[in-house]
Amino acid sequence: MREFYNLIPFVLLSAGILLSVIVEIYSKNSKRILAWISILLFLSVGFHALANVEETQLYFNNMLEVGGNINIFIFLFNFAAALVVLMAMDYSSKYGNDFGEFYIILQSSVLGMMLMAGAKDLFVIFLGLEIMSVSFYALAGLNRSRLKANEASLKYFLLGAFATGFIVYGIALIFGSANTTSIPQIVGKLGELSHSLLFIAGVLLFLIGFSFKMAAFPFHMWVPDVYEGSATTVAGFFSTAGKTAAFSAVIITLGPIFLYGNANIFEPYLAVLAVASMLYGSIVAIAQNNIKRMLAYSSIAHAGYLMIGLASGNFEGIAGIIFYLIAYTFMNLGAFGIVALIEGKDETNLTFESYAGLSKRQPFLAAMLAIFMFSLAGIPPFAGFFGKYYIFIAAIKSDLTWLAILGVISSLIGVYFYLRVIVIMYFKEPEVDLTVTKSNYGLLSVVISVILVIIIGIAPGSIINLISSFLK
Amino acid sequence: MESNTILTILLFIPILGAVLLLFINKKNQNLIKYFGLAVSVIAFILSVILYFNFNIENSEFQFVYKFNWISNLNISFFVGLDGMSLLLLLLTTFITPLTLISSWSSIKKNVKEFTFFMLLLETGIIGVFISLDLFLFYIFWEIVLIPMYFIIGIWGGKRRIYASVKFFIFTMVGSLLMLVAIIWLAIYASSSLGHLSTDITELYKIGPTIPRSIQIYMFLAFALSFAIKVPLFPLHTWLPDAHTEAPTAGSVVLAAVLLKMGTYGLIRFNLPLFPQASIYFAPFISVLAIIGIIYGALVAMVQTDMKRLVAYSSVAHMGFVVLGIFALTAESLQGSIIQMVNHGISTGALFLLVGFIYERTHTREISEYGGIAKLVPIFAFALLFVSLSSIGLPGLNGFVGEFLILLGSFKSPVLNSWLYTVFATSGVIFAAIYLLWMYQRVVFGKVTNPKLEGLKDLNLREIFVLAPIFIFIVWIGIYPNTFLKVSQKSTDKVIEQVFQHQNATIK
Repeated sequence: MREFYNLIPFVLLSAGILLSVIVEIYSKNSKRILAWISILLFLSVGFHALANVEETQLYFNNMLEVGGNINIFIFLFNFAAALVVLMAMDYSSKYGNDFGEFYIILQSSVLGMMLMAGAKDLFVIFLGLEIMSVSFYALAGLNRSRLKANEASLKYFLLGAFATGFIVYGIALIFGSANTTSIPQIVGKLGELSHSLLFIAGVLLFLIGFSFKMAAFPFHMWVPDVYEGSATTVAGFFSTAGKTAAFSAVIITLGPIFLYGNANIFEPYLAVLAVASMLYGSIVAIAQNNIKRMLAYSSIAHAGYLMIGLASGNFEGIAGIIFYLIAYTFMNLGAFGIVALIEGKDETNLTFESYAGLSKRQPFLAAMLAIFMFSLAGIPPFAGFFGKYYIFIAAIKSDLTWLAILGVISSLIGVYFYLRVIVIMYFKEPEVDLTVTKSNYGLLSVVISVILVIIIGIAPGSIINLISSFLK
Repeated sequence: MESNTILTILLFIPILGAVLLLFINKKNQNLIKYFGLAVSVIAFILSVILYFNFNIENSEFQFVYKFNWISNLNISFFVGLDGMSLLLLLLTTFITPLTLISSWSSIKKNVKEFTFFMLLLETGIIGVFISLDLFLFYIFWEIVLIPMYFIIGIWGGKRRIYASVKFFIFTMVGSLLMLVAIIWLAIYASSSLGHLSTDITELYKIGPTIPRSIQIYMFLAFALSFAIKVPLFPLHTWLPDAHTEAPTAGSVVLAAVLLKMGTYGLIRFNLPLFPQASIYFAPFISVLAIIGIIYGALVAMVQTDMKRLVAYSSVAHMGFVVLGIFALTAESLQGSIIQMVNHGISTGALFLLVGFIYERTHTREISEYGGIAKLVPIFAFALLFVSLSSIGLPGLNGFVGEFLILLGSFKSPVLNSWLYTVFATSGVIFAAIYLLWMYQRVVFGKVTNPKLEGLKDLNLREIFVLAPIFIFIVWIGIYPNTFLKVSQKSTDKVIEQVFQHQNATIK
């Protein structure tokens, strides 16, 4: 029995999904009950994973691993999902996707993410990816009556399917050259494989496919439209947990390849992806007038910074990515949470004009959004700054100083468009009427995020110590 | 109480006060003002205690407190004082309460937020001056930006948004490149120390061993950040905008303390960490400093807005400070430090006076004034006194610093030409022209503008703000030794650090 103790997160969540389906069918007031069930489920799964972070164990013929940084990822997915449920409780009725199914699909997407993070086999990654992606397509279009939501969902599905094609093709090529899909075995054969063109092509295709879920160049086109069309809480979830899941899968598959030599094969390619994502995201974000679209482009830029960590291909880079993802999850989710609170019925109050003079109408919300913006812009002492710091350390250590300098330039552009939000909130007078619906749950989730952004900013040491202790 | 912890307490008192302030009811404006003032006065008292416990014979850092903060990257919360930072610390804690009193009636909206940001700013600036870890320094360097950005943006004039964003972006350009240089330095240190290091006492030993070709890039990355803050010609364009748009308190803190962060950084980091590059770039930067002195003065002469005039005079005065730093002699460096203090109190006082009169007339155009000597005699006297101090009249503070800088630059072996001194001296003459000319147009003549009728003279509160400043103007002018001897050891040490390596290579 003890043997399966560490598998409890997966078992619990799967059981929870089945329970939720039954509740959905038989309960009249399923929405509220399911919301609380989900929160309970996410928190217990997340904290169970966090409590047993030290114990590493392999399951199912070495197909799934639990423990170490994988548990940190599991915690992060679940905690983010719990925050999203809190935000969605009042928001859903405002937006019109107040269905019990919302929570069930959310749970299954988290299960997919957990599989991606823990996978030790390329097929498990694919399985996890599909569970997550299909749930995401449904989440994006959950409100059937909205044209934009339908568009978002269809766009997401078509492009997502296209990107998945790349991943499957990549897996096929890797299998063709290595004769196995087990990641440890592939890593064992790295010496000979690194000379195989087939293998390199496979890994590159795999990476290109994943850049879709990471929201990185060259598969970033869907991001603004999908974020704009889908519910704000859901968009927040896509941009944080979805991105984290994609990076977790890439770290698990490519991490060993990078760490035990051969990083240089992929370094130029990853560096180009990083630069293209950062600069494209930052520059286009300047021109946005819709806050959700702005956050979408900012999400592309952040994928670029994270790619710097991949490109540098050392311990610091991997640790930096994980830390960055933790920081990014809370600051970005918090920002989306505030957008969800301010958003009116029928997608109103999403343009910058509605935020004019927010500091006078909603000083508390404005102050928190300002902190999230400063953190996203990478200004100390908030969490986002330390994420960037670790990533840049990794880059400079690998003699990629030029990449760090480009990263810095891109952050500078970032400062401009994040500051715009603050300028509008604090330095402009109110222009349009704005009634902010009261949502204590939504506010709670934003407050939790802001506290975490500040705490991670003041004491980043223990988190980075924990992460790096699992890497060595 | 252990004096080592006093420094840390002093650092956190303003921010603690700022947080407590959030719990005071917004309506209770008087309580907010008194509370903010009390916090900043406590900070001042603590810094005076530090001054009396400071051993001026010791060139090492004192009141050192080290606490391992991010062990993985070997970053510590590491603070300490030497003579130079003590003077700047005193300047900061001295100016902050005065600016709070000065804005007692001029800040009417959002008093709570204003006091909050002023206190946050104070912590940031103190942190910059006492950090002995490059990473910690960088964090405080950036923290300073946030409150100043809000102070300009919320309580500023008509073009406040433009000015605040320009201020923020300009500073970020420099500081982000400095961040890359800091990381590079930390990693470079790990090759000889075996661990990453941002501790400057360790880096002082390692910096000079960096090959000269790389030192040059490192020097440039740091110097760009500091030169923007100083601001050194041609990076000064944010300053007049920021000064003109900022509320009086913002301008005073900006001129008196914020600009000093740049020159402080040059002395604390650029000179000792990259001595070879410093010597290499010294003539180049000195030329820029002199262009700044002359350009600032000439542009100040043609300004029609009093505040803009004072802002450009800042460019000129800070040019003197930079010249003193890069003349690389003990005298000129001493002169630079005393000039930093002088500029802080004199220009601070000028901004205060412009602010006081603006509060009454709501105009800063020189042409709107004239003949106010009869209407506001106390103001007229105060303006004259401060202008003379800023010009550098012997017997007042400005003279001491400028004299030492000119003396040092004249005999500087690195610059090795008297031309620098000749051109710099012309700046002193120009300063007399633009300030006295402004004084003449504002104060003398007949009252032509009917709006000036019934202009009220300085009230007791305003005199109370100016009085301590005047005491120091005279004190530094007559007996500068009180202040010079505080920084003597630390400036000698910096000069020694710069040349020590060069001598070693020659031998």
